Amino acid sequence: MEVLLFGIAKDIVGSTQMDLSEWKHPPSSVGELKDFLCSSFPEFGKLSSLAVAVNSEYAQDAVILEAGDEIAIIPPVSGG
Amino acid sequence: MNGERYIRQTILKDFGPKAQERLYKSKVLVVGAGGLGIPVLTYLNAMGIGTLGIVDGDSVSGSNLHRQVLYDETDIGQSKVQVAIRKLRAQNSSTQLISFEQFLTVENALRVIADYDLVVDASDNFPTRYLVNDACVLLGKPFIYGALHGFEGQVSVFNHNNGPTYRCLFPNMPGPDEVPDCNANGVLGVIPGIVGNLQALEAVKVLTGVGEVLSGKLLLFDGLSQNFQNIKFSLVPDNQKINELKPAYDFECTTEIKSIQTSELEQLLEMNSVQLIDVRTPKEFQGYHLEKAHHIPLSELEERKSEIDFGRPAYFICQSGIRSRKAIEKLQELNTEAELINVKGGMNNLKAYVAKY
Repeated sequence: MEVLLFGIAKDIVGSTQMDLSEWKHPPSSVGELKDFLCSSFPEFGKLSSLAVAVNSEYAQDAVILEAGDEIAIIPPVSGG
Repeated sequence: MNGERYIRQTILKDFGPKAQERLYKSKVLVVGAGGLGIPVLTYLNAMGIGTLGIVDGDSVSGSNLHRQVLYDETDIGQSKVQVAIRKLRAQNSSTQLISFEQFLTVENALRVIADYDLVVDASDNFPTRYLVNDACVLLGKPFIYGALHGFEGQVSVFNHNNGPTYRCLFPNMPGPDEVPDCNANGVLGVIPGIVGNLQALEAVKVLTGVGEVLSGKLLLFDGLSQNFQNIKFSLVPDNQKINELKPAYDFECTTEIKSIQTSELEQLLEMNSVQLIDVRTPKEFQGYHLEKAHHIPLSELEERKSEIDFGRPAYFICQSGIRSRKAIEKLQELNTEAELINVKGGMNNLKAYVAKY
């Protein structure tokens, strides 16, 4: 389970990706993944909107995560 | 329209004279004449768009030049819209260029956007982006979204043929301290060039019907890895049910600015060491000023910033507190460590003390 990090998510984690497949209890849904991000990196908790894509599709919190899924964390960006 | 001029694109069999004619009949509003807006304006103008409206209330500054490549060193201090129109007119005299030398606001958005077929959101802040979205949804106009963060960009076409909107991706506007903008975070010069050109391409596709429009898809571009990725997303129908604009979009600058009241400044003026910078015009300064104030007009701020000691607090003053705030925003782009403090209310609140100090 690979998590790609974009925008400020990359800056918060300090890396462009995370591999969750090695984990004992990887998050089972998008909602759980968000909870995990907020507890591990409190700055995620500050974001009013955070889009998550699973296998290149926008995913609501209820979407179930499976081994081999490619997940993207996409915060809003404002620069121009 | 001069047929020779566009021959290289009209001979494209999937484009042709018909698409060229459609471009010529189109009216596009570009919100923001900065890093994203410049490539959008330059290419749409070159390619023969009929009417281009340009919205921007800013003037050219030295720190714009590395990415806003339409502007040159002699343009510093001048209105972006005025400079852009002069240069775009020289580039293509058949385009009708319409200037809006102001920022998009709740008051003017619907009126300004109503006349156009398509809007390009080339702004640099969340309040404008959410305002563009809501106004376009209300008016039924498609708009081309482009935004940057560091070496990355996002592009999509929102509200196109009943397609999803910006709020379907990011329902709520981030607060001022959540996500830094280019001024705070930095931007590599060429990145807005790439992202803005992708927006220009989508604009051409929407207007001519050529190709597949990037609607319901968010394009993520990572300049460091040269990766392009499309994320599919759907319409959330509630986001189309807007009856009016919100009473206010938060237009406060995203950077925190410290400030003091003029009464506090009076106390500071008793101390010898206070560093006070007056950013008003020479004429205003000559009229009256505080004896301890060092004069650097706002228009000369960047060239003369070495006159400021960033190692100690610097207080900024103007007539009412607006330009001094702008001065601090400019300096924060260049030196985020310094303690820069705005004097609220400015000289208007201090007239009585001028004689004394």
